[in-house]
Amino acid sequence: MKSFEYTVTDPIGIHARPAGMLSKEARKYKSTIELEKNGKKVNILKLMALMQLAVKCGETVTVYVTGEDEDVAFEGIKAFFEANV
Amino acid sequence: MITIQGKGVSTGIGMGPLYFYRRAKTELKRYTIEDTTAEWLRFKGAQAVAMEQLGELAEKAREEAGDEAAMLFETHQMMAEDMDYEEAIQALITEENLNAEAAVADTGDQFAEMFASMDDEYMKGRAADVKDVSQRILNILSGAVQGGIDSPVPVLLASDDLAPSETIQLDKSKILGFITSYGSSSSHTAILARTMGIPAIVGLGDQLDPIYEGRTVVVDGGTGAVIIEPNDEVFADFVKKREEQLQQRALLETLKGKENVTKDGKSIRVYCNIGSPEDVDAIKVNDGGGIGLFRSEFLYLNSSTYPTEEEQFEAYKAVLTGMGDKEVIIRTCDIGADKQIDYFELPKEENPAMGMRALRISLSRPAFFRTQLRALYRASAYGNLGIMFPMVTSVWEVRETKKLIESVKKELEAEGLPYSDHVEIGVMIETPAAAMISDRLAKEVDFFSCGTNDLTQYTLACDRQNNDLGRFYDPHHLSVIRLLKMVVENAHKNGVWVGICGELGADLEMTETFLAIGVDELSVTPRAVLPLRNKIRSIDTSVTTPAILASIESDETPKY
Repeated sequence: MKSFEYTVTDPIGIHARPAGMLSKEARKYKSTIELEKNGKKVNILKLMALMQLAVKCGETVTVYVTGEDEDVAFEGIKAFFEANV
Repeated sequence: MITIQGKGVSTGIGMGPLYFYRRAKTELKRYTIEDTTAEWLRFKGAQAVAMEQLGELAEKAREEAGDEAAMLFETHQMMAEDMDYEEAIQALITEENLNAEAAVADTGDQFAEMFASMDDEYMKGRAADVKDVSQRILNILSGAVQGGIDSPVPVLLASDDLAPSETIQLDKSKILGFITSYGSSSSHTAILARTMGIPAIVGLGDQLDPIYEGRTVVVDGGTGAVIIEPNDEVFADFVKKREEQLQQRALLETLKGKENVTKDGKSIRVYCNIGSPEDVDAIKVNDGGGIGLFRSEFLYLNSSTYPTEEEQFEAYKAVLTGMGDKEVIIRTCDIGADKQIDYFELPKEENPAMGMRALRISLSRPAFFRTQLRALYRASAYGNLGIMFPMVTSVWEVRETKKLIESVKKELEAEGLPYSDHVEIGVMIETPAAAMISDRLAKEVDFFSCGTNDLTQYTLACDRQNNDLGRFYDPHHLSVIRLLKMVVENAHKNGVWVGICGELGADLEMTETFLAIGVDELSVTPRAVLPLRNKIRSIDTSVTTPAILASIESDETPKY
């Protein structure tokens, strides 16, 4: 398992569009990708659960990547967060 | 001939047969099933069809109204295939032997409730989306047809009110106008009508009777009148009025995207005055360059108690995000005088126009003022914000306000809340006092916005609420124009820009004068933007300015 911390810079936070884009991106990998805020961890593929975390701009989340392609997935997802969230 | 009266929310004249929108009637079936695998596959089939429909709708919305509109349906797509949503439906089917329709309906309700109970205005709004998606899958499962227009000729569409997904699915070439029993100027139907440039009338209530189905009707979106079976004379009048409006609109349409620049190359910014976040749409339709005056009073007037920081923050944020990187100038609370609010418990005054109002109230109630300033600065992270203060008469008022702003910023920083460092600060010039000391005020701020309604009232000693003053109340009075000229000169000496946000800004008789004295921005009601642009583009200031300046400075009174 690999993980990284990320502070959200999108002014509206993780609302419908970034949540959807994240889910789409996560489907590219075999690894399970989870996002944790305040001790609550959800699978990124679960769009509605992700939206219900209501992650706001300036908040820090931890992203966990677990699975056979976790090295590639880790780099891919990290770059995706930096560019879009 | 029968005339019924509603509220016009999109201008234009429409004539044609009245047609009532037909909704698919679905009664929810609930039963237990044996073959859970088959039922699950039935759901998967309906889900696939929904995905396909939503994909087509997203494309249609993108073509008709842009990426923002397409997002709605893309969000619906994501919800339709969400893992949690699917799993919840699967559990009801396989574990409780529920039929697919009931499983979808129950899951939709459950998810909608989850969103509705969230402590976040944006997420609360998503409850309607979950319901909309679930209804779509239900319609597919039960074989119900989508509602729509089944008419060979274009019609005036009547309904109670339409949901966003209903409006986007309509065949627009079949609609001459909208007439609804409910709704407001901010309902989806009204917004769509304005975007399409067709008339819409809302709030007709029970007067809009289905017995009128199929009859010839004329609607006037300007006045809100709906005339059923008009006589020949009335019909002919409306045909003529419609021609005139179409010609005028075609002319204005050609001005969209053009610059506000005179024949000799002088440009002036044209912004909009608005009173609520819903008006942002009208600014886009009319091609306004920004918001020169966003009145924050609606927050106070639409409430029975002081609006919270969070409520204010959400409203400001909505406007700022809606306007993108365009400038948005929000005026702090301008209560008092003609705008009285019970819960403020303002003492009764003999002469409220000269009493406790606007910034005077804010400075006398620092806790209340801080709440608004905190909400404004928090919202500043979401766009290009300017803040202005109404009813300034002295420099100390501005300094005290700026001190409050500094302490609010420190507070936000300590709490780790983001705000923008580029918020422009301005004062309204609406008293002769402010105009006379504008050289000193200019050293404190980034911009001036002249509220000509109050400036005229205070300069001429003419109550603007008093309709009997007639010729004594002269909105073009030389004293006001001289004050404005002085304000612009003092501002420009200090690198401060000047706008006009009173009604005078949209007065086409005054445009040459504003250009002559060097006003930088005119802020007007959204529908006045294009007529004003038309006027600006017809002016050659090298011809008009010298004569106007000479006349302003002259001690000779012209003979009438």
